[in-house]
Amino acid sequence: MIAVGAGTAGRKSRRAAGRRPKPMQVQFRTIVSPHQLNSRWGRRIYWLVLVSVVLLFTLAFVFPLYWMVTGAMKTPDEIAEMPPTPVPQDPTLDNFAEAWDLFDLGTLLVNTAYYAFGAWLFSMVVDVSAAYALSKLRPMFGNVILGAMLATLMIPPMVILIPLYVTIVDLGLLNNPWGLWFPAAANGFNIFLLKRFFDSIPRELIEAAQIDGAGPVRTLWSVVLPVSRPILGVVSIFTIVTAFKDFVLPLLVMTDSEKMPISVGLSQTAGAVTQNQVMGGLVIAGIPMIIVFFVFQRHIMAGLTAGSIKG
Amino acid sequence: MRILRRNLTAYGFLCVALFCFTVFAWYPMVREFVLSFQRTDLINPPEWVGLDNFKAAVADPAFGEAWLNTLEFTALALLCGYAVPFVVALVLNELRHARAYLRFVVYLPVMLPPIVAVLLFRWFYDPGPGLFNQILDFLHLPPLAWLDSSSTALISLVIVSTWMNMGSATLIYLAALQNIPPELYEAAELDGAGIFKRIRHVTIPQTRLILLLMLMLQIVATMQVFIEPYMLTGGGPENATVSVVYLMYQFAFSQMNYGQAGALGMMLMLALLVFAAFQLRTTREDQA
Repeated sequence: MIAVGAGTAGRKSRRAAGRRPKPMQVQFRTIVSPHQLNSRWGRRIYWLVLVSVVLLFTLAFVFPLYWMVTGAMKTPDEIAEMPPTPVPQDPTLDNFAEAWDLFDLGTLLVNTAYYAFGAWLFSMVVDVSAAYALSKLRPMFGNVILGAMLATLMIPPMVILIPLYVTIVDLGLLNNPWGLWFPAAANGFNIFLLKRFFDSIPRELIEAAQIDGAGPVRTLWSVVLPVSRPILGVVSIFTIVTAFKDFVLPLLVMTDSEKMPISVGLSQTAGAVTQNQVMGGLVIAGIPMIIVFFVFQRHIMAGLTAGSIKG
Repeated sequence: MRILRRNLTAYGFLCVALFCFTVFAWYPMVREFVLSFQRTDLINPPEWVGLDNFKAAVADPAFGEAWLNTLEFTALALLCGYAVPFVVALVLNELRHARAYLRFVVYLPVMLPPIVAVLLFRWFYDPGPGLFNQILDFLHLPPLAWLDSSSTALISLVIVSTWMNMGSATLIYLAALQNIPPELYEAAELDGAGIFKRIRHVTIPQTRLILLLMLMLQIVATMQVFIEPYMLTGGGPENATVSVVYLMYQFAFSQMNYGQAGALGMMLMLALLVFAAFQLRTTREDQA
């Protein structure tokens, strides 16, 4: 009895909701006014646009990835079939294992992780201490140095690729991770972000630490770093992601197939294996960054706009 | 004495960074200049050759085409990569549902290593069982040769490039749109401005700074296109997709002529600097 009563009540309220729809929540005003949005046609157009945008985005950005994953699960015969099968008929994980062996993905992933971790550690140490010196210790010519560091942002990296390569060769850093770590640390944008954040730390905090007898290293470690966690997170994630995605410099510097990171390794072997094996390799290469994105989505999105000017 | 000590500690903190920047950022700029006047193959000692490298670079049969292709690529990439993210951001900003999903999805390709996106699209562009021709076939449209024809190869590269890069521009525009004070829209509405007038007279002026900045960044970024021609076409068919940076790479690593590559690099740097200066001047005039 009670259940029936609840059912009719539910239906009634649903019908009522259908007749007079709840006005759409508007937290912020945009181009279309809330009034227009809640008009009968505004509502219809809104839902039409919403559904088509969601469909279009899914088709444009998720479907290719779906095709990549399912392609990796098809047999060589099935992947060459025309028209293609939307779902693998006989899904197999063999291609992943084959790709793992053919591309030597184990070595490539270990190399990539090593280079990315090293680039992160080294650039954090170097850039944090440089930004700290420029922001809080204020040496002579500090602004000139900062200006020269920021000026490197104006020079597109590909333009100085050849002289950078020649320099690395001259220093004997070919096939040496330092050939990637030194250039990674020379990152003007990291220094700019860190310095701007350090500038906002109140002077009293630093002075209090100094009165307590803390030297500059102690002040940096126990006062500045703990309050700078947000910006350190953003810079860390971007450094790691950039190092993981990097292609052109490792292509030139890491010529030894035992030393290649995953991007370079995939590019060198992709021509020699079958399409489904390539897809298997791509899926494995893509997964780490997708996981990073899932976990650190907020930081990454915040970091994207951290550098841009307001207003 | 205290000042000296403070400076010493400061430079102690700075020294590794100064080393990295000097050797791996500032010196290569100088080196490029020197390189472009020398014959260097990294085996024999370099010798001064004056302007020979520049002459040889200009005389290369692919030289003119490389510049034209790069300009065409930049123009097309701007059409797709500059206008599309802004329009997408405008639409996304109006939506009240699925915002987190849409933002996540549009940024997903940016997270993938470029090599993954490029190799994935190489398969899509396959004229036989590739996804794109199969879709065309499904829609009863004639198949395209994509990367294999000199008329569609360049646009194919632009599509990959837009797919994997547009996420960050979209999210940056979205953040800028959310900073627009709502009163402006209310005022415009009271003055009887329709939706398109509101975009023209409120949205665009309010985001102008970021629009100009992104324009400059995107032109500089697309002028450097390398990985797409390197992986997808190797510059072909018939040099239709040779970009300036790709030609530079070939000078250096196929012909082992680093000086000639340096000369081309100098030209690209000058072109970009002239462009940046021009852009800066128009921006300043705009504000005055």
